[in-house]
Amino acid sequence: MIQMLRLAFRNLGRNRRRSFFSALAMGLALALLLVMASFIEGEMMSAVESTIGLQSGHLQVRSANYNEARTSLKWEDLIENPEQVAAPIASLAPVTAATPRLYASGFITTRQEAAGVRVLGIDPASAANAPYRDGMLEGAFISAEDRQGVLIGHTLARRLDLATGDSVNLSVNTSSGDVDEQAFIIRGIFSTGTSGFDGLTVLLPLAKAQAFTGAENRASSVFVLLKDTGQTESVLAAIQAPGYQVLTWQDMNEMLIQIEQLSGSYMGFFYLIVLGIAATVIINTQIMSVYERTREIGILSAIGMRGRRLMAIFLTECGLLAVGGIVLGLIVGGIAVAYLTRYGFPMDIESFGITGMLFSDTIYTKLTVQDALQLIAMTFIVTLLAGVYPAVLAARMEPVAALRAEK
Amino acid sequence: MEVAKVENVTRIYTVGKVETHALRGVNLTIESGEFTALVGPSGSGKTTLLQLLGCLDRPSGGRVFIGGKDVSQLNRDQRADMRRGTIGFIFQFFALIPTLTAYENIEMPLLLNGHSAGERDARIKELLEAVGLGDRGTSRPDQLSGGQQQRVAIARALASKPSLILADEPTANLDTPNGKQVMETMTRLNKETGVTFVFATHDPRVIEYARRIVTLRDGLVAEDKAVH
Repeated sequence: MIQMLRLAFRNLGRNRRRSFFSALAMGLALALLLVMASFIEGEMMSAVESTIGLQSGHLQVRSANYNEARTSLKWEDLIENPEQVAAPIASLAPVTAATPRLYASGFITTRQEAAGVRVLGIDPASAANAPYRDGMLEGAFISAEDRQGVLIGHTLARRLDLATGDSVNLSVNTSSGDVDEQAFIIRGIFSTGTSGFDGLTVLLPLAKAQAFTGAENRASSVFVLLKDTGQTESVLAAIQAPGYQVLTWQDMNEMLIQIEQLSGSYMGFFYLIVLGIAATVIINTQIMSVYERTREIGILSAIGMRGRRLMAIFLTECGLLAVGGIVLGLIVGGIAVAYLTRYGFPMDIESFGITGMLFSDTIYTKLTVQDALQLIAMTFIVTLLAGVYPAVLAARMEPVAALRAEK
Repeated sequence: MEVAKVENVTRIYTVGKVETHALRGVNLTIESGEFTALVGPSGSGKTTLLQLLGCLDRPSGGRVFIGGKDVSQLNRDQRADMRRGTIGFIFQFFALIPTLTAYENIEMPLLLNGHSAGERDARIKELLEAVGLGDRGTSRPDQLSGGQQQRVAIARALASKPSLILADEPTANLDTPNGKQVMETMTRLNKETGVTFVFATHDPRVIEYARRIVTLRDGLVAEDKAVH
């Protein structure tokens, strides 16, 4: 085996430049795939984090009748005295926050423009509001007692040319089925880093939202955040909320889960295409090598080397090219992934026409060990497979014909 | 003792619709320890006969025996096994692997035969000394003269202690002094080790070393005579 490696290594060394570029082709393919895999992983992770943090939470307790799509505010669709439902959940050890929230659809209008918005009544004191509180770009966070103040997302503020202190009119659907309108003052502007959310959301103190919509002491849901996503199922089992439905983040984000699963199989197909294209370089190199070394193949055959062993020499060369390519790919891909993990990749997801899901405006790549190992293994295997045809070509050469070849 | 024998051997090459009869029914027996020259004009069938004796090719008709075993119908791998253990080759061109040193080139058949590292080392050093290249083991082929390369090829052919060594025009690409040195090396090793040499040539300076001369003409043995 050592002799085989030595021979293969020296054979590659005959034409260093060609061997280097062959390995580089595989290396660049691997680097591209490492970036792609880490990008998709980062994108999906960020989508899940954004969706959980901003929209669904890990769990939600809702009325059995609640219809999220219609943002129903009918009393029978809401939770009465939601604090009583939230309190025992909040006392569970894995729970970071369990807080009532009220959702309503409405319109925000300025003197010049109007936009459809989603009004979100929150308990300003809850830890679940960290994404808004931490993302305050200007102004101050709303207080529970505020009856005139709202917070708006920066994308909405930019679109309507609004700033802190400006007055706006807000119209919402109410529990009675009417539409009510009131004037509010913008107390501050927040950014969650997710334009899809920031362009639609208006935050009100829960008490004001309840009064405004006529929901009184009711909420659309109890929004539950956990310390660890992995504990979702155990907390679900621990929640006692008779008469209500308890939904997990997977239940509420089926489309996201499906996209994640679909992207896995789609990317596997994409990886094979990229590696397959790069592998043609290896096939070409090795076929050239077989023809250049035809007489040598004849000599080795003449001294008694079997076809299988001749194949092994050429496959070992491919194995070494694969190792070289993997090293180059890890260097180039590693640098690219490290850069994008730190500085991110700006993405205007909305311009891609993706709606209904929350993607961050900046995607930070995340390379998992599993993805890296999987891609390294794929690169190695595809390179070896690329070497099979040239190796078979060498193994099937008749020694007499091979010895007759021009040097 | 009979080392190799061909019985009524024919070899026909077909290119397109054209058939070329390289051998037309050759009968020949090679005994152990012989130093035999196959001579004849170009196209007489010398190289073809060597290839059949060396199990590099299969006859179109007739039978080839190596060490008493019929090798006419062996498959590719079986012929490779036969070559590995029994037959050594010396070619007209200096058939060394360019990326390997002289030492490693001689080592190759020993590796294929599964000899241990110690056995290999001892055998290679012995052979390098025997061909007068004891100090050139680490040289690559491109660092050796044509004559030195051909002597490395002789050492490699002898490495596995074959019973038969076949040489196809072994001095054709050498100048007179180097050709003489190669032939003297082959003669000496034939005498010292008793290994059988059969070589194809049409060089009169080489023929004079032979103890048996088999003349081929138009694919048939035209003359077979012992000399010296």
